[in-house]
Amino acid sequence: MPDYIPNTLEEQRAMLKEIGVDAAEDLFACIPESVRLKKRLLLAGEGMAEGELLKHMRGLSLKNRNLDECICFLGAGAYDHHIPAIVEHIVSRQEFYTSYTPYQPEMSQGMLQAIFEYQTMVCELTGMDAANASMYDGATALAEAAVMACRATGRREAVIPRTLSPENARVLNTYARFGGITVNEAGYDDGKINLEDIERKITQETAAVIMQNPNFFGIIEDVSRIGEMAHRKGALLIVSVDPISLGLLKPPGEAGADIAVGEGQSLGSPLCFGGPCLGFFAASGALVRRMPGRIVGQTTDRSGKRAFVLTLQAREQHIRREKATSNICTNQALNALAASVYLAVMGKEGLRKAAELCFQKAHYAHKRLIESGKFAEVFKAPFFKEFVLKSGEPVAELNRRLLKEGIIGGYDLGGSYAELENGWLVAVTEKRTKDEIDKFVRLAGEFR
Amino acid sequence: MNMQDVSDNNLHNDENNPETKEIRRNDDKLIYEISRPGRRAFSLPECDVPQCSIEEALPHECLRRDGPCLPEVSEVDAVRHFIGLSRRNYGVDSGFYPLGSCTMKYNPKVNENAARMDGFSKVHPYQPQETVQGCLELMYEMERMLAEITGMDRMSLQPAAGAHGETTGLMMVKAYHEWRGESGRNIIIVPDSAHGTNPASAAAAGFDVVEVRSDSRGCVDIGALRELANERVAALMLTNPNTLGLFEENIVEIADIVHRAGGLLYYDGANANAIVGISRPGDMGFDIVHLNLHKTFGTPHGGGGPGSGPVGVKKELAPFLPSPLVEFREGMYCLDYDRPLSIGKVKSFYGNFGVIVKAYSYIKTLGAEGLRRVAESAVLNANYVMTKLKNCYELPYDRSCMHEFVLSGQTQKKNGVSTLDIAKRLMDYGFHPPTVYFPLIVKEAIMIEPTETESKETLDEFIEAMVRIANEAETGPETVRNAPHSTAVARPDEVKAAREPVLRWRPVQYSVKSAKCSDNLR
Repeated sequence: MPDYIPNTLEEQRAMLKEIGVDAAEDLFACIPESVRLKKRLLLAGEGMAEGELLKHMRGLSLKNRNLDECICFLGAGAYDHHIPAIVEHIVSRQEFYTSYTPYQPEMSQGMLQAIFEYQTMVCELTGMDAANASMYDGATALAEAAVMACRATGRREAVIPRTLSPENARVLNTYARFGGITVNEAGYDDGKINLEDIERKITQETAAVIMQNPNFFGIIEDVSRIGEMAHRKGALLIVSVDPISLGLLKPPGEAGADIAVGEGQSLGSPLCFGGPCLGFFAASGALVRRMPGRIVGQTTDRSGKRAFVLTLQAREQHIRREKATSNICTNQALNALAASVYLAVMGKEGLRKAAELCFQKAHYAHKRLIESGKFAEVFKAPFFKEFVLKSGEPVAELNRRLLKEGIIGGYDLGGSYAELENGWLVAVTEKRTKDEIDKFVRLAGEFR
Repeated sequence: MNMQDVSDNNLHNDENNPETKEIRRNDDKLIYEISRPGRRAFSLPECDVPQCSIEEALPHECLRRDGPCLPEVSEVDAVRHFIGLSRRNYGVDSGFYPLGSCTMKYNPKVNENAARMDGFSKVHPYQPQETVQGCLELMYEMERMLAEITGMDRMSLQPAAGAHGETTGLMMVKAYHEWRGESGRNIIIVPDSAHGTNPASAAAAGFDVVEVRSDSRGCVDIGALRELANERVAALMLTNPNTLGLFEENIVEIADIVHRAGGLLYYDGANANAIVGISRPGDMGFDIVHLNLHKTFGTPHGGGGPGSGPVGVKKELAPFLPSPLVEFREGMYCLDYDRPLSIGKVKSFYGNFGVIVKAYSYIKTLGAEGLRRVAESAVLNANYVMTKLKNCYELPYDRSCMHEFVLSGQTQKKNGVSTLDIAKRLMDYGFHPPTVYFPLIVKEAIMIEPTETESKETLDEFIEAMVRIANEAETGPETVRNAPHSTAVARPDEVKAAREPVLRWRPVQYSVKSAKCSDNLR
């Protein structure tokens, strides 16, 4: 079976001879007998030839329903947006995907420049001054932003609204528990942050107010108002944003955010059962040297030519060790590259158009579902591409019915929000056609 | 030896011909610099639903005034731009990449094909569980294969990278001690040769860090460890083989010392390529392990990521693993969130699934015997190169190495040639340099990890280049000091980059804003 080892036994023998030992086993003499593996690994099996492997993998993959066979109205943090064909072609270039972190700039100008362009695009999208080279995903970017805010303010508390996505909140809570950060939760009103409640919860101890826009319910929050509340108490404002929405919505930087983060999967990465995704991370100029992760900077080489390097490395684990701003090393560079290609292809006009299509189609679906008489509006506040309705039948049953017809229905909110029993979070991207939405509405409204 | 044939990439300087230079397309422009107003590459359908007015539906103050400044290019502009960038980059498929501690082995193509199958890549993480049985089965099986390979009882596939696995593992260490009522254990011991992520991860999980020194043989100093092992120790983090490429021969005793003091043993799997199929951390006494699927299990590094850093534990720690875990109940695979002692989630969803698919496919291809051959061949290749180079370069720890070894450039330093110079000179010979200046306990360190997927000829060529550079350092040190001579850019000014950070491109017309912002950046 293939093991990708080029050397023949004869060559290996010649090498052993040069080393001065008889057998490869002799090189392992330093491993005490008592900790050697004496039995055979059973689960790894006998190995497979390429054809056998592909058959096996295809078999497994066919046990899943893929989104090309279905019509997807599910979002809740991971979205079925169109990926331009060129993205895959670029990220499949071996010079990119088989390279390491660009430690040696002379041999890595391509990736370094691509990341520099990515940082520029993230700054433009978010209206922030500087962006890093990527984080693992939107949720860890948000959690690291909280840690950074605590260091920057010398405070140990964070305020989050219940309109933050459950994935974001759960990851933040884990980081907070072990990082010694207290998290206080503010409620919501008509699907938006309850302003009185959050204002009460922001105190002189608050390091950061952490919000999501559009929020988990798809609703557009009043970012500026909350930013003012945070800043009045000396807290930072962290906003997690949907990058597609930024074709249309005011960037967090203009609404007072000190740190903007988000999930960049929508920017050219396939859903892939939830990973690899892309955490983007941007901050105001004053906070640049506190940012986690790799950052690419422009400089000149010895002949004065423009060149790119990893920079501000004094923040990082390999220099600063336990005093680093974060322990992140490997990030999601290839997904950041995909995002650069995506944003280059879309351009200013394309991103706006994608955002408008999402908006129009979501609003059409919303209107039609309510007109069916089987769904009730839960919140009146304006939304972007996702909305909440109350279903007349349990969401699990509704989704099961839809699945039989090849439709993946919305997210069941009842699991994370007890007060939203039968709450159905529906996402509509630019990929959905009128026919698909009409079919979805017809079937969804068919019960009883 | 000739310089590597570089016809398919543009790493090397092709500006030597003055006649063609002037009109040759400048392919190092930024995408913003090739942007032309009105050009477009996107392809979106016309809106086919009745439209409502966005201005009426959304409050004016939440709308953006100007669109984001993104490039305006045609599709062919974009393709040529990014292909141009790729030609200024170097991957494992381009050639030898002996970065120590990074395990830059060949990334088999079939794994890429597997991960791109629609049934894996076009699946939403919240789809009903009955529609993702294939994903869950793969994760279930992967967890068990990795647990067997490491000698652990359960694993979580959630961490996205090695350092993320470290934080996750150390959070479990903390949760475990707290649960046992020993929350006073707030110290993590790391060797002075440890990866930088180890102390940084310990800090991220809320621990204090104490270093234990290495002895003259390059291993953990047992006496020093004994003095440090007390009731405040939560865990010892160890890479085995360590970052010098040496197996910690006293591992059983080390485990015993830490366990007797009530601490746990954490295995940093960065160097697992040396022992896969040969020896298991679980049998050495480790309680927690992380693996780097992007090192040991052949998944590509992606220019810096995505990776995957599964973390495994012994039974006693299993309740603390992140949620959810995949279980098999009543004939169905399912995600189990009902785990009250779990540290919670460390990442959205279930991990870098696409990377996990590639590593699964790698293990299935190699099988048990193949994995063992990987370790044997990786160790053989490293020892071969070490044997051939130790006469020209100082070898501070002169004994059999595992999958990598560390030279010192101190001999060359006497002629004013630093390790950095040697690294840069290797580029002129067409090789990616090794890891340099790490581990910190070796002066002028040159850390070489050839991996098992390199042929004897490639190793011989590399050895020849290293020998020549050692000679050059004697006979013509200037050549080495001024290297690289052949790359498109050479020795970018890193000090300037850090002192006057330029972290993004700015359009010329925004110069006022630009001035303001760069002030902030300083």
